[in-house]
Amino acid sequence: MPLIHDLYHSQSKKNRFAAQRSIKKIASLTIGAVAYTLSLTAASAQEPVRLGFMDPLSGTFASVGTSGLKALEFAADYFYNSRGGILGGRMIEIVPLDNKQSPTETQLQFRRAVSEELRIIFQGNSSAVANTLNQTIAKHNRRNAGQEVLQINYAAVDPILTNEECSFWHFRFDAHAIMKLDVLTDFIAMNDELNSIYIIGQDYSFGQVVADNTIRLLGEKRPDIEIVGNEFHPIGQVKDFTPYVTKIASSGADAVVTGNFGADMVSLARSIIDSGLTVPIYTFYAAYDGITATLGADGKDRIRLIHTDRANPLASDERREFYRAFKAKNPDSDITQSRLVNALMMVVQAMEQTQSTDPYDIAVKLEDMRFTSIAGDELWMRGEDHQLFQPLYISKHTDEGIEFDADNSGFGLFTEYEVSTEDTLTDHSCRMRRPRR
Amino acid sequence: MKKQFPIWLGFALALILLPQIFDTVLGISILNQMTIWIIFALSYNMLLGQGGMLSFGHAVYFGLGGFMSVHALNLIADEIIVFSITLIPLVGGAVGLLAAVFIGSFSTRKSGTVFAMISLGIGELIVASSLIFADFFGGEAGVTGDRTYGPPFFGIEFLQDAEVYYLGAFWLFVATLFMYLFTQTPAGRMANAVRDNPERAEFIGYSTRRVRFISFCAAGLFAGVAGGLFAINYEFITEENLNALTSGRVLLMAYIGGLGFFIGPIVGAVILTLMNSLLSNYSEMWMLYLGIMFLLTVLFLPRGFAGFIMMHQTAWQNRRLGTLILPYLITAIPASLFLAGFVGLVELSHKGDDTLSFFGLILGTESMLSWGILLTLTGIGALGVKLSGPRLDAAWVLANTVRSDNGGDAQ
Amino acid sequence: MAEVFVFATLNGLVTGLLLFMLASGLTLIFSMMGVLNFAHASFYMLGAYFAYTLSTYIGFWGGLLIAPLIVGGIGAAIERYGLRRVHQSGHVAELVFTFGLAFLIEEAVQFFWGRDTKNYQSPELFDFALFSLFGQEFSAYRGFMIAIACLIFAALYFILTRSRVGIIIQASISHPQTVANLGHNVPLIFMCVFGVGTALAGVAGVIAGPVLTTFPGMATVLGSIVFVVVVIGGLGSLPGALIASLLVGLLQSYAIAADVGVPELLNQFGVSFDSSHPLDDLWTLNLPQVAPVLPYLLLVLVLIFKPTGLMGNREE
Repeated sequence: MPLIHDLYHSQSKKNRFAAQRSIKKIASLTIGAVAYTLSLTAASAQEPVRLGFMDPLSGTFASVGTSGLKALEFAADYFYNSRGGILGGRMIEIVPLDNKQSPTETQLQFRRAVSEELRIIFQGNSSAVANTLNQTIAKHNRRNAGQEVLQINYAAVDPILTNEECSFWHFRFDAHAIMKLDVLTDFIAMNDELNSIYIIGQDYSFGQVVADNTIRLLGEKRPDIEIVGNEFHPIGQVKDFTPYVTKIASSGADAVVTGNFGADMVSLARSIIDSGLTVPIYTFYAAYDGITATLGADGKDRIRLIHTDRANPLASDERREFYRAFKAKNPDSDITQSRLVNALMMVVQAMEQTQSTDPYDIAVKLEDMRFTSIAGDELWMRGEDHQLFQPLYISKHTDEGIEFDADNSGFGLFTEYEVSTEDTLTDHSCRMRRPRR
Repeated sequence: MKKQFPIWLGFALALILLPQIFDTVLGISILNQMTIWIIFALSYNMLLGQGGMLSFGHAVYFGLGGFMSVHALNLIADEIIVFSITLIPLVGGAVGLLAAVFIGSFSTRKSGTVFAMISLGIGELIVASSLIFADFFGGEAGVTGDRTYGPPFFGIEFLQDAEVYYLGAFWLFVATLFMYLFTQTPAGRMANAVRDNPERAEFIGYSTRRVRFISFCAAGLFAGVAGGLFAINYEFITEENLNALTSGRVLLMAYIGGLGFFIGPIVGAVILTLMNSLLSNYSEMWMLYLGIMFLLTVLFLPRGFAGFIMMHQTAWQNRRLGTLILPYLITAIPASLFLAGFVGLVELSHKGDDTLSFFGLILGTESMLSWGILLTLTGIGALGVKLSGPRLDAAWVLANTVRSDNGGDAQ
Repeated sequence: MAEVFVFATLNGLVTGLLLFMLASGLTLIFSMMGVLNFAHASFYMLGAYFAYTLSTYIGFWGGLLIAPLIVGGIGAAIERYGLRRVHQSGHVAELVFTFGLAFLIEEAVQFFWGRDTKNYQSPELFDFALFSLFGQEFSAYRGFMIAIACLIFAALYFILTRSRVGIIIQASISHPQTVANLGHNVPLIFMCVFGVGTALAGVAGVIAGPVLTTFPGMATVLGSIVFVVVVIGGLGSLPGALIASLLVGLLQSYAIAADVGVPELLNQFGVSFDSSHPLDDLWTLNLPQVAPVLPYLLLVLVLIFKPTGLMGNREE
């Protein structure tokens, strides 16, 4: 057991901190009982602020979870722990909770979080998981007053989380799928050369949201664009996308829109490229974690994605410094989701302003918070539905003008189009039930 | 049955006392998982261990039972039907039984490979349709319910997991008892006979197909009960609870525990649940360890952990179990050194530029000394196991040699 | 429509022949040793990963030559030190062993190579279109895949029917005891067959890796479908495996290409349902949606009506 215990500690926090603590412990033992008591009181005053990070850290989907964990831990160290901590000297400790991207495991890890008194949980990957966590937290908070837990959603984009299923205990720091599609279809509509679109996606809720809303929005903006295909394929089960590409080719589409992620994204793009089609591909998740490297030169200038991050050229020196420092420490990974940094900084600001780590206080403070990110973007957390509004960007996969590449491949994202925070505002159907204190 | 009364009493007492010992939220949640998985693994053993039918799709009955149970929870919450939450596992069981009757009607005609492949195919078909029929299965997000809206059971509303645990423990006890009694019925006995020698069973006038069908239906019933418990405990269910991963997991549980013994799947379910919920908190590489452990079990403990314990029966009867303790301890020391070294190597190689704190030592990936320490440790451990192995073997043979004054048969 | 049909046929052929490369090795192992090797697709994945690593040092062709040898060696070693030991505990134990092996290999691949998609590319030699039809290209690399698969089938068929080794192997498939009684070293034959079978899977991995992307889930995607092919084709039948592979490949490809579904079918009969019907999901089902599960449907149907498979004559 002690072995496992040590491993756990080395993993969950940066070891400098663990080492300090154990040295402190050894010292206190040698000095004697009085000093020991003293150091204990000192330790409790310096008790860390513990934040849970729940994402897949083992299994097939782990790469995106581990890169998020690295970024969050680094951001906590870089912005706070190395500058004396928060709330008068308390360090931030990130506790990883491995949910294996499974709704069932999410429930188990949530119970572990409750056992360990983690009251704030960062979670991002998979909307199915985010929905499960949202409902689990709602039930838990209703049944266990005084032990509430707060969900900081940094990447799950299913619109219902800030609409029909919105909750006081859930805050989303990513733009939801319809907000992103609104911008993406604007961009497509501006291009007069595009007359027909082929939509292909994974057969699940996000794929369907993408398909339905692309058709709806393009119908409003460019009724002359013809939707020549609307295809769903089973998620993660397609060996070879060439049969689908054949259909795309024979439909004569000018462009492809897809919400695919992971291996389904790479395989689809590769099949399109290998078949000699030259159509542009509009995507959500076609970068980082090996995808940029695999697409390489073949995908140059034809793959575009919509995201919440300004890619190259970076807008602020502060962010440039942060990236460099991260790269120096983690040469093999990239900051793939700077939303995590925004979420962390806004949560910390709420803690500082209320001088509290209580989820209810933080939630109240986060509502309608305005914040300037390290990239210089103006962010606004709408209080009515807990949806963050931020500038949205469309970038293309290229190797020109790339200051920070992805996967160390020389290729990266170059921002072509941006929409300011005000222009991303959308209506919502959230009727939030606020708990009374 | 009378002889075994103390065992059952002990089992019931353990079920009642366990949540008093492990009373954290996490502890209770692990115990809750165990109740579910034990029933499920026992039901799987009715197929494979007792009936000789290898199934790759047993999760179908678990999942279908679970889905129907969540829908039942919702019907109760909407006040469309009046039903007690405590009886939800019966709903799951009924659905599991129905599905098993239907699928078993054609899949149990043959055993062996044909049965295994049909179960695989059916499993994949059901999973695929679960994503297509989003109304019933809720797509990849699954369906959600709430267990607290039903009529209270003697004032208990099942707000807390601990209350759910006692409900689960009750059903676990009942299900285990019935599954045990099933092995004692003529149908249960015939299942063993058909597993061991189908021709002979046919010759004495039994329809092997019918015997298999009965076992299959019983297994489906209890898998559904487990699914119903799952629904109450988690208040939701998704497609992953009926896919091949879950089917594979229950196979691992039953096999690691030991197929030939009634208690085997219980042991397996406990071990795997613990590994799954605890090990993953300490290491990202836990699946690697699980895979290695599984292969080693298949290689060296073909009858599972329960089989390993039962291996000592002869030594026990010979009253020489005590002679084994010292050799076991002597081998255990280098073995644990080897294990520690190996785990250290695996973890360190995965640290990148981080450090690993290993029994108080801070090890870094850059330092040759760190690698040296771990390699030496692993090497010494391996050497020690190799050297002490023959002694253990000799002690084993000695302990299992029947004493001349005892007179019984060897083995 | 014609171009869709032509390309669907070609795609089906490529998928089918890829499946055959895996199925040929599996069916040899399966029929000879009675082992349902669950880890077969994992050897395919190992082939792709070894070839990827080798290709960064000695190029694609070196990888194509050496990676299958490594994979075959690993396979033979696993047979010698793992399977042979488990064999004594019966078929279920063997199967469970390969099941665990598949799990372990996937974890090991993630451990050694990481979880990201690997940038494994086809050689530049094949970076041209073999022919272009109706504005769509058929890449030379796909032609190369077809050629390799045909070569393997021809070589296997020749060895099994024309050579002395082949006769011994065939005899071991149908009458293992008699072969042992005749003084042949059956365990050695088993080890070699397992090694060759896994090496064939390795070849499939090497040439499929660049097209179907090299990532840790690639074995799972293909895993059970290979099984399905072997069982549909019939135990121990190489021609059966070929027919079943092509059947499964073409079936999936045509199903994706065909834009028909229940709505069209119902329209034929003049029936229509409004979208609020409780079985709405069923009435809007279309063929491309269910394409990936068709092989399993075929499997269940074949097993119910002809448990020996299409070309098999032996029941296990």
